[in-house]
Amino acid sequence: MTADGADKPDRAVVRDALGVGVAVGLSGFAFGVTSAGSGLGLLQSCALSLLVFTGASQFALVGALAAGGSPFTAAAGAFFLGVRNAFYGLRLSQLLALPRAVRPFAAQWVIDETTAVTLAQPTRRARRIGFTVTGLTLYALWNLTTLFGALGAKAIGDTRAWGLDAAGPAVFLALLAPMLRTTTTERVVAGLAVLLGLGLLPVLPAGVPVLVAALAAPVALVAEGRRRPRGPRGEPVTGPDGGAVAEGDR
Amino acid sequence: MNTWIAIGLTAVGCYAVKLAGLLVPAGAMERPFVRRLAALLPVALLAALTAQQTFADGHGLVLDARVAGLGAAAVALVRRAPFLLVVAAAVLVTAGVRALGG
Repeated sequence: MTADGADKPDRAVVRDALGVGVAVGLSGFAFGVTSAGSGLGLLQSCALSLLVFTGASQFALVGALAAGGSPFTAAAGAFFLGVRNAFYGLRLSQLLALPRAVRPFAAQWVIDETTAVTLAQPTRRARRIGFTVTGLTLYALWNLTTLFGALGAKAIGDTRAWGLDAAGPAVFLALLAPMLRTTTTERVVAGLAVLLGLGLLPVLPAGVPVLVAALAAPVALVAEGRRRPRGPRGEPVTGPDGGAVAEGDR
Repeated sequence: MNTWIAIGLTAVGCYAVKLAGLLVPAGAMERPFVRRLAALLPVALLAALTAQQTFADGHGLVLDARVAGLGAAAVALVRRAPFLLVVAAAVLVTAGVRALGG
């Protein structure tokens, strides 16, 4: 993505948006296969992509269900992953200045990729084009490829033999990597969460260790505040967004 | 039925937080602590999920072909490969190691 001057041509914005939309949209195939491999039906896999439409939450949900988690712990993990979208929405509502009547429809597209593309645009017109084109491309492709993936999973049989059980964690890692490039606290949180998530796996019911691992975030945040007693309410000096979309794209 | 309950809860919850971001006045969630927590929460969840789905086998921990696959994904990420390539690297290497009997 480029951010060249105030009068960026519409075509350049569309090109940026299509690049992100197509690349990530195609990975819906991995979700469809993973979802079907986790035991979800075709209708269930497609319903997730149509209605939830935020990749990390979808992968987390089917993974937790496959591991035998209760629907409530599975949904809680997926929900907490989706909370970041509220903060994207806060930024986007200022940048896009959408009419109130449009917001319930635009809301479904408020995700990592649309936010990354929108933030990278120089003008309101470019931001609106970027948001719309990314959202539309990604929504259409993600749902189409989910359908193909879920259908294809049956045809290819054992998804493990094809290495497709590695798709979910690879998606998580790809989302996580840019966040780790921001501050030390991010890396401390990640390390602590890994220890909690793996250490508690043998002793707690499926799905619960991930929720406990989420506590690494407030714990590290409080510790960060203690280390920097002069910072108001413990916020770091860098990264106005905490770097959640710091890399601009993936 | 349990799966549909999970899908319903997740769909409603995830849509609600997306919409809340667009509707809530900016001041309400602008407190630095809240913003910072919202940025760190996905870090914790994604790290735990990555580790579990790489090493977990039911309630036990194992080292299998997925570790090699995730290693390949990590290398791709360090080299700033596109998203799709990162996932493809993990899948292909995992499949390759399994085919070799790993």
